[in-house]
Amino acid sequence: MTSSTTTKTAAAEVTPRRRRRGHSFTKTDRAVLAGLVGGPTLLHVLLVWIPAFCTVALSFTYWDGIGGLNQIHWVGLKNYQQIFTIYQDFRPAVRNNVLWLGFFALIATPLGVILAYYIDKELKGTKFFQTAFYLPMVLSLAVTGIVWDYIFRTNGFVNSIMGDTSAQTATSWFGDPNKNIWIVLLIASWRHIGYVMLLYLAGMKSVDPSLHEAAAIDGATAWYTFRKVIFPSLRPVNVIIIVITVIDSLRAFDLVYIINRGRNGLQLLGVLVYDNIFGEATRIGWGSALATILFALSIVPIMLYLYQTFKRDN
Amino acid sequence: MVTGKSSKVGNSIAISILFVFSLVWMFPIFWTLLQSLRPYGDVLKFGSVSWPHHLNLHNYWTALVQSQMWRYFINSFEVAVPAVVITLFLASMVAFVVSRYSFKFNVALLMLFTAGNLLPPQLVFIPIFRLYIHVWVPNFINGDGVLYNTQLGLILIHVALQMGFATFVLSNYLKTIPKEISESALVDGASVWKHYYVVILPLLRPALASLGVLMTTWIYNDFFWSVALLSSGDKRPITAALSNLQGEFFTDYNLLAAGATLAFIPTLIVFFTLRKQFVSGLTLGSTKG
Repeated sequence: MTSSTTTKTAAAEVTPRRRRRGHSFTKTDRAVLAGLVGGPTLLHVLLVWIPAFCTVALSFTYWDGIGGLNQIHWVGLKNYQQIFTIYQDFRPAVRNNVLWLGFFALIATPLGVILAYYIDKELKGTKFFQTAFYLPMVLSLAVTGIVWDYIFRTNGFVNSIMGDTSAQTATSWFGDPNKNIWIVLLIASWRHIGYVMLLYLAGMKSVDPSLHEAAAIDGATAWYTFRKVIFPSLRPVNVIIIVITVIDSLRAFDLVYIINRGRNGLQLLGVLVYDNIFGEATRIGWGSALATILFALSIVPIMLYLYQTFKRDN
Repeated sequence: MVTGKSSKVGNSIAISILFVFSLVWMFPIFWTLLQSLRPYGDVLKFGSVSWPHHLNLHNYWTALVQSQMWRYFINSFEVAVPAVVITLFLASMVAFVVSRYSFKFNVALLMLFTAGNLLPPQLVFIPIFRLYIHVWVPNFINGDGVLYNTQLGLILIHVALQMGFATFVLSNYLKTIPKEISESALVDGASVWKHYYVVILPLLRPALASLGVLMTTWIYNDFFWSVALLSSGDKRPITAALSNLQGEFFTDYNLLAAGATLAFIPTLIVFFTLRKQFVSGLTLGSTKG
């Protein structure tokens, strides 16, 4: 492709008015094409993929970040072994990430689908309902954390309604390590449900209306039609929603970071990575190993997404 | 419909439930708004759930002028606008090539971009952080002479990451546009650049608008990268700078409420005025897979 002699002959063959379709380019065209694809790809690979592989490589090393790259020592699987055995925050973080995934998968995502089902019926007030459920999506997670703080803080809305706002005796929704993760899941779902609803609604609008009609003529109830006809026909959207549910559960960071920096019952893998780089001690090996664990967990949903999206192109 | 009566009853029940749900959904936002309009002293005296004796915009004035939040709006603007423009430009170039020419690498390239967008940011940021503290930049960009703690660095990472999603969406969009339009351009002997710039780019306008709205909101709302790559508070965009309103020993929560409201007002305005673009930006990437 890059050989200049073939370029010249190819260019010579091309008459200015009519080319053979698509495949013979002038020298300039080739350079432009290479630039159009090469420039963006280079930037993407340089700032996303190479760092990603560096992280995986760093996870097998020890480096406290002081001194140059020659201070990096190969330690094999030691970081992983230490994380699994002696890192006290690891277990709660895994438990919370699993809890997050479970809560999203079993409660928030189905709720979003059910809401989409009812919104799709275009009942009275549907525009208002849609707006209400979409709203949390435009708020950043940082702002979301602040907004919900007014509801659950010690002297916030919930405790005021319950009649106890004293710092000593009132329920500390964010401070109690047995309760705070559930509050966080509630807040995260507030946002996730609207997102699922939006994607599902778009999917349902794209369903061939004759499917509905055929089912109605057969005397099927609306719910039966949804379960047996609409839901299976929405396979691409279903896959995307599964992928988003899993990936968002793994990535979670902002919300707990803004609440209490992911401590005291709110540990998450994503925050531990951050802690090991910017925390009191810089342990690049540990941080990288944790990030690699996150990556390993994300591979399945990413592959699922790629398969679903590109299977027709191949 | 035959099942008239029972479905009518069912519908009214559904409407009532949806109504209650949507009120609950909006309540936290409404509550924050109310807090932002009340003076701190008022809440201290009567409690947060009490009849508002005073409602005014004083907290907003304090947040904007005294705490200089307007600066962070400018920071947000300085990061989001270039990042979105560059992302859309680069992504449209790749989308153009992979959807208009049949190279062998097309699908692989699209998969690379799509997968890159789905990677956890935590996987990327450790080497990026180490890289940024060593990459030299001229003094007029950063007095420290490195890429770390510059808005340029933040813009670059946003571009690199968002490009994956944008390329994917734009190439899907282009696939729905008939190739004949391109072919007539080729018959006229247009160069590749002309084909892209004169034929394809204008066709992409609706998709670029949707993506632009969506990505501006995302980048504006970003917290992770701003906190990780900008160490000085005065360079941070508004979303990440809200913590500047939280004191170490004392926080005026009503002032913070005004700050949070100010931070989300632009996104609300965008949502209400450009809702169609916002929604279609999100669904472009999902339904035409």
